[in-house]
Amino acid sequence: MTELQASFQMISTPALMQYLLRGVVFTLMISLVAVVLGILLGSVLALLRNYGTHGKARIFRRIAIIYIEVFRNTPLLLWIFICLVFCPVPKMFSRKMFGLASAADVKLLFKAAVALVLFTSSVIAEIIRGGLNSVAEGQFEAGHAQGFNTVQIMWYIVLPQAFRNVIPTLLSQVITTIKDSSYLANVAAIELMARTKQLMSTAYRYNGLGTVNVSDVFVLFGLAALIYFVINFSLSCIVRRIQKKTRKTVKAAA
Amino acid sequence: MSLFTPEAWSKVWTYRTTFLLGLETTVLTALSGILLALVLGILFGLMATGKSKLLRGIARVYVEFIQNTPVVLQICFLYYALAFSGHSIGILPAGIISLGVYHGAYMAEVFRAGIEAIPKGQFEAAQAQGFHYMEQMIYIILPQSVKIILPPMVNQVVNLVKNTSCLYIIGGSDLISLTYSFVTGANTGGAYGPAYLVCGVLFFIICFPLSRLASTWEQRLKLRDRRTVICPGSGRKVADL
Repeated sequence: MTELQASFQMISTPALMQYLLRGVVFTLMISLVAVVLGILLGSVLALLRNYGTHGKARIFRRIAIIYIEVFRNTPLLLWIFICLVFCPVPKMFSRKMFGLASAADVKLLFKAAVALVLFTSSVIAEIIRGGLNSVAEGQFEAGHAQGFNTVQIMWYIVLPQAFRNVIPTLLSQVITTIKDSSYLANVAAIELMARTKQLMSTAYRYNGLGTVNVSDVFVLFGLAALIYFVINFSLSCIVRRIQKKTRKTVKAAA
Repeated sequence: MSLFTPEAWSKVWTYRTTFLLGLETTVLTALSGILLALVLGILFGLMATGKSKLLRGIARVYVEFIQNTPVVLQICFLYYALAFSGHSIGILPAGIISLGVYHGAYMAEVFRAGIEAIPKGQFEAAQAQGFHYMEQMIYIILPQSVKIILPPMVNQVVNLVKNTSCLYIIGGSDLISLTYSFVTGANTGGAYGPAYLVCGVLFFIICFPLSRLASTWEQRLKLRDRRTVICPGSGRKVADL
């Protein structure tokens, strides 16, 4: 019982709590950046893959297909490892920032985040492509009939509808990305998962017992699991609510 | 690029057994994980669509809790909890169990969706014919939902194969882990380019055909749905025009 008490005492230390909460913030920020950049990159990829069927655009279409398929069919961890070696870091990110301990950590964070963005963008591209495919053919014809050119049709007519259709799927992708960001724990002690593991391996210093006990495992990983669960479950409740709403409007329209 | 020198390639070729060994571990882990995930998926999928409120609740809790936490965390939890309580089962079994449990939650949702897509009349008709619950499922419901279940199930298999990389965090010997120790090893280190390329190609060779298969089936299902139209006037459903 004393072991369990020691474990709880450990995580109620303000300094350790703060260390973990910073990890939560990093997890959320990394995932948000990955999804936002993923949507930008993914939209371009999806448009190229779907509509790049004429003339020179065909080369870009092929590149988009290869990009999407390569990233979708290889593990994220491989891309994190690859980016650690090959990804160049701009000067902006080669100094101490974000409250991290050293410039090396910031560089690691940048490289790993790039890997996450590249990986996520391929998944999001396919989600957006699904949205584009759900827009009825008549919308294009109607746009042309109104004198819109292709770019205008895309921007004003097709993309808004496509995005509206995939909002729930994109939100679920945020959940997936938050979970995927835990793969960063393999290379740097920045986000929640990594910090939990870091505390785990040094728990003997903080729980006052001099040893790492099984209660430390349960308390630390249990806390991390709870944090992930609360964040992701709230998101999935939002997703479900939106889906219910759209289903209702579809039914009302029919 | 200097990282793609002939020397680096020859290093990879010399240590080719490392990659094959890693591939073997990854494939074995994935296969065992898939088996466990299937069993759990069917079990919890049936529970989620059953009549008992308690069983439905248990299935819901399992699915929600597993789907909303990262697999990396789950594998660490399982492995360290067992290791520190003196019941260590080894890295590979821990990996197989956590992968099976994680993807089992997704499989359960796949099965649930598949079963729920079958019209209620089918259950009632089966019941009227005197079929037991298991007979209903095996002869009437599951054969009809197979087409709906297969595409997302194969996608889960692809994800599971990719997720074998989470073994790295507990010191596994799967393809990713062995590749990483190869490129960072004292004697073998440095051949980053070729080693990562080989590792990526091996994963791609396994995953690409599977995800292709899944999307082909999905496409076919969509086409079938489109052909299944309501005949105007009669209100009768006309299948496969």
